[in-house]
Amino acid sequence: MNKDLHKELTYITNVINKHPKNYQVWHHRRVIVERLQDPGRELDFTASILQDDAKNYHAWQHRQWVIREFDLWDNELGYVEKLLRDDLRNNSAWNQRYFVVNHTTGFTDDVIEREISVLLDRQLQNYPSVLAFCQQLYEDRYRSPYLMAYMIDTYEEMLEQESDDRAATLKKAEQLCNALADEYDQIRGEYWNYVARSLTSRYGSQTNTVEQEVS
Amino acid sequence: MSSLSSRAVRIKIEAEESVKKQYTHFKHRLEIDHECILPVLDREMHSAFLQKGLSNLSSSYECLDASRPWLCYWILHSLELLDEPLSDETISQVAKFLGKCQCETGGFAGGPGQHAHLAPTYAAVNALCILGTEEAFQIIDRGAYCAASAARLTNIMTPELFDGTPEWIVRCQTYEGGFAGCPGMEAHGGYSFCGLAALTLLNKTNLCDVKNVLRWTGNRQMRYEGGFQGRTNKLVDGCYSFWQGGAFPLIHMILTMHSTKDDSSLSAESWLFHQKALQEYVLVCCQYPGGGLIDKPGSGLSIAQHFAGGKLSHVLNIGHENNIVRPTHPVYNVCVDKVVHADMFFKQLPPPKSASKSPNT
Repeated sequence: MNKDLHKELTYITNVINKHPKNYQVWHHRRVIVERLQDPGRELDFTASILQDDAKNYHAWQHRQWVIREFDLWDNELGYVEKLLRDDLRNNSAWNQRYFVVNHTTGFTDDVIEREISVLLDRQLQNYPSVLAFCQQLYEDRYRSPYLMAYMIDTYEEMLEQESDDRAATLKKAEQLCNALADEYDQIRGEYWNYVARSLTSRYGSQTNTVEQEVS
Repeated sequence: MSSLSSRAVRIKIEAEESVKKQYTHFKHRLEIDHECILPVLDREMHSAFLQKGLSNLSSSYECLDASRPWLCYWILHSLELLDEPLSDETISQVAKFLGKCQCETGGFAGGPGQHAHLAPTYAAVNALCILGTEEAFQIIDRGAYCAASAARLTNIMTPELFDGTPEWIVRCQTYEGGFAGCPGMEAHGGYSFCGLAALTLLNKTNLCDVKNVLRWTGNRQMRYEGGFQGRTNKLVDGCYSFWQGGAFPLIHMILTMHSTKDDSSLSAESWLFHQKALQEYVLVCCQYPGGGLIDKPGSGLSIAQHFAGGKLSHVLNIGHENNIVRPTHPVYNVCVDKVVHADMFFKQLPPPKSASKSPNT
């Protein structure tokens, strides 16, 4: 029985190499590996598929299953780092990074420190908080929509926590939304206008009353 | 950084170049378009392509032999969006064919003689509801399948049937905001729509983080091309007009439902993405000259693309009135009148008494 299954594994390897995006062939492989209880070839095999197509969803799903099922976490971060060196924008690899950290160490303070050092070549500790860091980037005239979106999120958190200067914080958030909608991220104009209106309706009531009273 | 000049960046630039070529060519046509009808949806060509596909497909579709109810559904739904009537004879033929795909254990298979499977079951039930005749409804043996859509549409949904399902779906929502195919995997447009629509059918949208779904889905619209990508940093593809674009009506509905007071922040005129840019991408870059739609300029033709790309918004339409397609139901993906019609038919039939009674025993 075992001998046949090994042959079957070789057979399905050839089929998958020809049709790497078919659901059934990957399911068949999983059944064989499950029966054999031998994941020995799986990491190399999925790596070879991912070498041709770094974002093949089936290959990643099979790889995650094998890693989880047979406890093969040890070298996975190393593999992910290699992929990210090839292509920093490989989102499947970033997702795998999250998957591994989440299932092994978890996001402890040390791990977060390490992950930040992976991301940054600037000294974060020079700034009192991440928001200040972003503000500095912004003042250095960086206008990445992702940076601005992140600042909006942080302002929103401050608004939720009832910070001292609500009106000023709200105004900053609204200005960023407007800048995104009108200039830096026009394709998402509908979205940013909605975010601005939604922030105003949730946190602007007191400000509005004051303004109405004044006028 | 050397890693940014990788192969991935090169193919992204190539995709942008091919889109640019299309838009430039289109701009030249606009200059001589005195009647201002451009861009226009070529209804006759597409409809002819679809009608032909209903009876005859080339050998390149051989790989979809296990997905034949899907082909029926894609074509029928595209035709209903285009408001193209079908002859009584065609309706009956397609209904009979789908009947041959149904297995004795209940459920539909990918083709006559194949094993029953949930995916073609969903497609077959939708296709039969579009046909909407008594003959078509009678073919659906309601006893034995359980896709949320098929189940709700045919009135067999019981609480036991979906015990634990919403909780599992929510575990598929990733740190990015979209949904993955299973917990741990990467957020993906196809699964994201399915996850959100399934939660809607199960009345459990409160379990997911809708704000994150919205941010993630919105970010998938490409600022240069106008169309959507399926995952972060992948290429534009016309089929995600449906998967990602289709999520916005659901998101709108969920936000409306969950807002505590009368939320005037939500627009009554537009979904939360750039509808004009998407329509321009589909109409200018994805129409194949001989009829049918493609995923991006320079790609091959496919029925699946046609179905998915054809879901243009029906609130805002650009260009010629030819471009208006019929409104579709955002959860079932069948035109609204057909959903109502099927609903009325199956409401007359009683729901199963207990879901624990297995159809196989």
